[in-house]
Amino acid sequence: MDIKKIDARGQSCPIPVVLAKKAIDKNPKKLEIIVDNVAAKENVTRFAKTMGYNVNIEENDIDDIILKIEK
Amino acid sequence: MKKENSKIILTGAIIGIAAVILVALGNPKNMGFCIACFIRDITGSLKLHNVEKLQYARPEIFAILLGSFIIAKIKKEYKSTGGSSPIIRFVLGFFIMIGALVFLGCPLRMVLRLGGGDGKAIFALFGFIAGIYSGSKFLGQGFSLGRTYKIEKNNGYIFISIISFLTILSALGVIGNLDKTTHAPFIASFTFAIIVGIMAQRTRFCMVGGYRDIFLFKDFKLFYGSLSLLIVVLIGNIITNNFSFSITMTNAIWFFLSMGLVGFAAALAGGCPLRQLILAGEGNSDSIITIIGMIFGAAISHNFAIASSPTTVNTNGKIAVIIGLLIISAIALIITKQKKEELKKLGL
Repeated sequence: MDIKKIDARGQSCPIPVVLAKKAIDKNPKKLEIIVDNVAAKENVTRFAKTMGYNVNIEENDIDDIILKIEK
Repeated sequence: MKKENSKIILTGAIIGIAAVILVALGNPKNMGFCIACFIRDITGSLKLHNVEKLQYARPEIFAILLGSFIIAKIKKEYKSTGGSSPIIRFVLGFFIMIGALVFLGCPLRMVLRLGGGDGKAIFALFGFIAGIYSGSKFLGQGFSLGRTYKIEKNNGYIFISIISFLTILSALGVIGNLDKTTHAPFIASFTFAIIVGIMAQRTRFCMVGGYRDIFLFKDFKLFYGSLSLLIVVLIGNIITNNFSFSITMTNAIWFFLSMGLVGFAAALAGGCPLRQLILAGEGNSDSIITIIGMIFGAAISHNFAIASSPTTVNTNGKIAVIIGLLIISAIALIITKQKKEELKKLGL
């Protein structure tokens, strides 16, 4: 199954969390969200955890932060 | 208590303490730490409005920007960004200021007024919450001002440099009207505000975000900050004998609507006036445009008798608030409709 990927780069809060919520409402097993600012990283991570998901964070050298969200 | 929550509670408490002490040291009573008021006085320092006792480039604004700037640099969160609906943000900032000056205070001062026993601020608080609720509904349905981009890095330094220049000129009495504008000593204002700037950058403290995150995600983190602010101001005012409860129904509807306008516009703009300053310090040009919209709004408010006086809400103020609510609603409706279609295409 394809992993749902959401590009939330350049979006400031609360938009990345709104996008995460819309995706998580469909109850996926896995989900990837790319953000590019620390506030978005913190907020999406906090939200995903309260929804019972684990979050792995990968950062690359061009400021992209990939949040791998998994049940 | 989670560590994250204790930090935001501390931030709210420090803003409250700063407000109480700065009033004791000379800031106008219950203005204490009002971002909209400070920005209005910067506007006055440039004689963009002519109210003599509101003309001082208050060091609080520069210090908040500087605190955020320094800590963002240290934590490598500083980034020069821009390009997310600049003109819409200008309009939102403009109406945030119109609403704030009809009520006479930004969200921070509303809580400060509540903590001083001003019962009329309760109507404002209800309006503020209703405004944020409306904004949150649109955000939840996909409202967004579009993505921001990395821009030429020097962009981020210009606004803070201009504000520092104005602050120095104003403190020296070259511009503005230092003698007629009531104020706390420079060093006190500067010190408290730089601490607030640093802490608010770290914790993302936001008066609007507090309610918005509850409505959208049942997340109470930011709300604890504004709650702690209220409690500290309440206790502080009781200790310093500045608490006296009064309530009248006069103009209650206008306080409700004006802060409703502030809450609605600020929810769409991504944060309260303090949060806009913090983001501006981090290099966010979109927030700088919002602040410039606020400066423009302050000038228009005072030049066209829109701003209230402590005793009356002017007819022009009432008209401006209604126009503001209509324009902000139109912005929210039109953009949300477009964004919904985009989200559908993405399968969200």
